[in-house]
Amino acid sequence: MSAVEAIRSIVAKHGKLPVDVATLQDDADLYAAGLSSFASVQLMLAIEEHFDIEFPEDRLNRKTFSSIKAIAEVVTELSEDQQAA
Amino acid sequence: MMNIHAHTPNIELTARARRVAAVAASHADSVDRDGRFPAEAVEAMRTERLMGVQIPTAFGGEGASTAEIAEICSILGQACSASAMVFAMHQIKVSSLVTHGGDDAWHQGFMARVAGEQLLLGSATTEGGIGGNMRNSICAIEVDGDTCRLEKNATVISYGDQADAILITSRSHADAAASDQVLTVFLKDQYTLEKTHVWDALGMRGTCSDGYVFKGEAPAVQILPRPFAEIAAQSMLAHAHILWSAVWYGIAADAFAKAQAFVRAAARKSPDMTPPGALRVAEASSLLQGVKASIVAALEMYEAARENEDKLSSMSFSVAMNNLKIASSQTILTIINHCMLICGILAYKNGTPFSLGRHLRDAHSAQLMISNDRILGNTSNMLLIHKQDTSLLG
Repeated sequence: MSAVEAIRSIVAKHGKLPVDVATLQDDADLYAAGLSSFASVQLMLAIEEHFDIEFPEDRLNRKTFSSIKAIAEVVTELSEDQQAA
Repeated sequence: MMNIHAHTPNIELTARARRVAAVAASHADSVDRDGRFPAEAVEAMRTERLMGVQIPTAFGGEGASTAEIAEICSILGQACSASAMVFAMHQIKVSSLVTHGGDDAWHQGFMARVAGEQLLLGSATTEGGIGGNMRNSICAIEVDGDTCRLEKNATVISYGDQADAILITSRSHADAAASDQVLTVFLKDQYTLEKTHVWDALGMRGTCSDGYVFKGEAPAVQILPRPFAEIAAQSMLAHAHILWSAVWYGIAADAFAKAQAFVRAAARKSPDMTPPGALRVAEASSLLQGVKASIVAALEMYEAARENEDKLSSMSFSVAMNNLKIASSQTILTIINHCMLICGILAYKNGTPFSLGRHLRDAHSAQLMISNDRILGNTSNMLLIHKQDTSLLG
């Protein structure tokens, strides 16, 4: 499963969106789709657990979770960094 | 530079605020007793041209900093909490215009009107059925060509009758998610208000926070160009928690001044004996300093973050602003209670120079205007993932 697919299924499970995640493009605005700040934390926790990464402080902002694509980019970057470390 | 900005009082602005405070103080008891709008104090704010001070000079304001606005809130809070809170709520709305409307012709023109005509801005962010979470709306704005229309069951619009314009939240369109919101400016002649609840409350009685059904129609250009989620995170959160805290600090500072005067008077009568309340004055002084320090620290943090969208929407910033609100709203109750113990029956009775009933009742609103339990819930959720900065100066 690619990172994007894994993130999609985590968003579907934990994002508590009022719409079907399958209908969202990778770059669709998740906040406009109804992602609350509360659910975004649940999402982050699930993503940390799944990818075995930790979001650093400077990534804990709205931008990181603005779309599936944005999450995937940060996850890829962190996976590389944190495996290298 | 930033520290100088946050700490140096603007003497001219402070003097204007003190003149308003004198008017507010002389009517504070009647405003509280009758639960009426502090019309004299707001008129004095207009006379002193305080409504538009935060607006950039380019649009006819004075470009006052958040620290300067907070200082005015604190000065007014020492005189009449309701007047101070009306001023704070107005300035929180102005901050949204200044932060998010600066690039947009209609909102630039509106800022110039606020400064030029000294307009009072009201806020309608609460709605029946959303369970108190202002980041959700049920009502949706309807955009029809160049016109927008909105009907909202607004459970609270503070000073709704007296506001010259109302900034109101709604979903951005009929099919939008509850959290996909916009903020729209409606001028007084563009809406009707049908009163549904009358504000008869324990304290903050002069804010006249009545409930209404709002019905408005206006040009669609009056919708703020940024999503409300951004406005809430980047200007409202910081301004609300800092300016409210400044008002609350003012209430506690005035109670403290009375308690200290009480103990000093006793000490002068018997210089050889430390009055019984002296120790509590020292304790209250320490608590009051804590509130002041928290506000000043938050002001510095906001000044450092305000040009950086990522910092403003970061969890560390939200947690810090939430913590300010929790700490100041709780601590002022302890301080005022100490002051009441110091002044005793003269504080408990109304109409004495040491009366603290109004202070205590007004201060009780602090934990509830955005419930501390809700804020702690949000913070606790963020702390599941955000690691608190444990450095002292970082």
